[in-house]
Amino acid sequence: MSQLTATRALLSGNEAIARGAWEAGVTVATGYPGTPSTEILEAARAYKADIYCEWSPNEKVALEVAAGASLAGARAIVTMKHVGLNVAADPLMTLSYIGTVGGLVIVVADDPGMHSSQNEQDTRHYARFAKIPILEPSDSQEAMDFLALGLEISEQHSTPVILRSTTRVSHSSGAVALGERRAPPEIKGFQKNPQRFVPIPMNARPMRVRVEERMASLQAAVDSSTANRIEWGDRSLGIIAEGIAYQYVRELAPDASVLKVGWVWPFPDKRIREFARGVKRLLVVEELDDILEEHVRSLGIPCEGRRPGPWSHREAVPGIGELSPDRLAPVLGGDGGRPQPSSPAPASATLPARPPVLCPACPHRGIFYALGKFKVVVTGDIGCYALGVLPPLKRLDTILCMGAGVSMAHGMQVVESRRGAPAETEKPRDRIVGMVGDSTFFHSGITGLLDIVYNKGAAVIIVVDNRTTAMTGHQEHPGTGRTLMGEPTVSASVEEFGRACGMKNVATVDPYDLKATLETLRLALDSNQPWLIVSRSPCPLYTRKPVGPARRVNQELCRKCKLCLKLGCPAIEYINDEIRVNEILCGGCALCEKVCKDGAFGMAKGACDE
Amino acid sequence: MVGVGGQGILLAAQIAARAALAHGHDVKTNEVHGMAQRGGSVVAQIRFGDRVFSPLVPEGSAQVLASLERIEALRFASYLAPDGLAVVSSQAIIPVTVSSGQADYPADAEERLRAAFKRLVYVDAIGVAEKLCDSRVANVILLGAMSTALDLPRECWIEAVSQCVKPAYREINLRAFDEGAALALRA
Repeated sequence: MSQLTATRALLSGNEAIARGAWEAGVTVATGYPGTPSTEILEAARAYKADIYCEWSPNEKVALEVAAGASLAGARAIVTMKHVGLNVAADPLMTLSYIGTVGGLVIVVADDPGMHSSQNEQDTRHYARFAKIPILEPSDSQEAMDFLALGLEISEQHSTPVILRSTTRVSHSSGAVALGERRAPPEIKGFQKNPQRFVPIPMNARPMRVRVEERMASLQAAVDSSTANRIEWGDRSLGIIAEGIAYQYVRELAPDASVLKVGWVWPFPDKRIREFARGVKRLLVVEELDDILEEHVRSLGIPCEGRRPGPWSHREAVPGIGELSPDRLAPVLGGDGGRPQPSSPAPASATLPARPPVLCPACPHRGIFYALGKFKVVVTGDIGCYALGVLPPLKRLDTILCMGAGVSMAHGMQVVESRRGAPAETEKPRDRIVGMVGDSTFFHSGITGLLDIVYNKGAAVIIVVDNRTTAMTGHQEHPGTGRTLMGEPTVSASVEEFGRACGMKNVATVDPYDLKATLETLRLALDSNQPWLIVSRSPCPLYTRKPVGPARRVNQELCRKCKLCLKLGCPAIEYINDEIRVNEILCGGCALCEKVCKDGAFGMAKGACDE
Repeated sequence: MVGVGGQGILLAAQIAARAALAHGHDVKTNEVHGMAQRGGSVVAQIRFGDRVFSPLVPEGSAQVLASLERIEALRFASYLAPDGLAVVSSQAIIPVTVSSGQADYPADAEERLRAAFKRLVYVDAIGVAEKLCDSRVANVILLGAMSTALDLPRECWIEAVSQCVKPAYREINLRAFDEGAALALRA
């Protein structure tokens, strides 16, 4: 939808990063989908004539591919969400020693407030940990500009650079001035230099020293960088702010003096000291951890923020969850001149909660419903199927991280198996089921499966294969048969992976076929062997086709046993003691028809069918 | 603009933002993606003016609150300014929390809307959309209705709709937009 020919366009932070990469001559872009970072590579695909783009199987691979491209002399970016950097931490830490040749920017999108994440870790720690620079834009224009700046820093100082976005930068749109693509530096191909590129201990030790020398040159660069700027105003209050928090501060305190920090680490000490000298009171506003604030204190400069300062009589900056103008108003004093909410008694009182749910006709619903018929513990994973934890399905018991659905099942099954058969007075033991999505299986489930078979485990692993990376908005992966560039390719087989690991019991089920699914589950759960069950049906949101015709409830046949409500289908509504199907929502999967004992569900006909 | 995941709020928000941009304003928007989109409450925020800093709308300051579902308007009522306009589709999407017996769907939603909002346009957007034979254009009907409270000329809205929908759907979306505007003016 972006208007690529206009000179000014409305771009999300993610679209702006992709545009920035194109304009700055990037030729390789890799990543793994993860909210809020996913749209960067999807937008980069628009420039595929100039940029090779790929969804890698996981973030570690993505960073290693980008590192290879950089060492071959090309400008490259790699994108991921904050927890993805944990997966890529291994290459990150040593790439810092080896350094880069072509500019390399690692774009990491944090998710303060955990809109779509399992934690809210602060990526800035990684920059200090790996001793590499980190830039933090506060809007779409800066997202584009800082991507180019990051590539320049990377090439000048031979270091990977992190560009840290957050949900409110990545998913906010703003006007951006568009330019043309600048020719990238000449790509010379890989130039052999073992002392630089092979960190065996004898080479790694001098590399370690060079990292510290680089730190010194980066410190000089950050002190003169225009990415950090002082906006002098009323000097009674000076605010140091970065990222999206800068925008909130500018809105709430238009007259205050502000040090806007865009190049966050190494810390811009010279600017911080200059700014602190010029203001009476100093406040640090940063989202998530108090990294800047602690550093300002370590310079011997009194300030307030997360912790009170010597003058403090305001509320502290919240350190849990994301910031907003509403949350910062009490910190900065007053309500910022905004009118108060309209109704004193909140209109939202006593409204029913509306949590996210599995979509109508979601194939995962069939497998969750079937699992409800057995005594099992389900170790889950990251994806849409995480929603199986909510009532009424309640068929998911743990989530840790990508791939852990497989490996944790093994650990639990080891313990359960060693407890031996239960005594007569005891309840039967739970069978352990690990659940993982197709994209997550290829990301980091394979090694867990290998572990189960190799170490003679007995967990039952269900790969819920909906033929796409659904939760993040339907990205391709190694099993879909298509690349990010839109080209047909091989389609990796989950079943063949299982067999290659040595798994003897491999079955495939259609989750809409409740009867066959139940039979297969019974076979697997009654055995004391490991199983790999692939529950396969494409996500209907991805195919954009209903599974079948919409259903309707025949009220004369319905005895209101409410069995269908146990499916947790948002299209089946129970209100005023009547069960009915919302035909606009219904995707025609017919699971309701299959669980109904009264034959009350039949096909509906719409008004515009002709 | 609020509603339930899957109703087309993000597209509607894109159109509104582009209409403001077409009129020469500085614009910022914010949206919810990912997990929250799966049938949950969804909110998109659009701000425009000479210079916009924060993409987030402070509570009590929105000129317009448009909701594609009747009780979602109540959920986000605190964002509307006291003299703001609420444009609400009468569509009810029953949350699973209600169907599974954990909560009740308010039977008095319309009365509560009338009590909460001094200026309310309450429309059967789905009914109007189905008359146009495409229930998916309910979001653009709401855009038309809310356009009556925003100082943006019709050409800007038409340009924005044309940018955001496929050419094959342009005509029906423009009809939906005009229907929505007419409904609001009659209300």
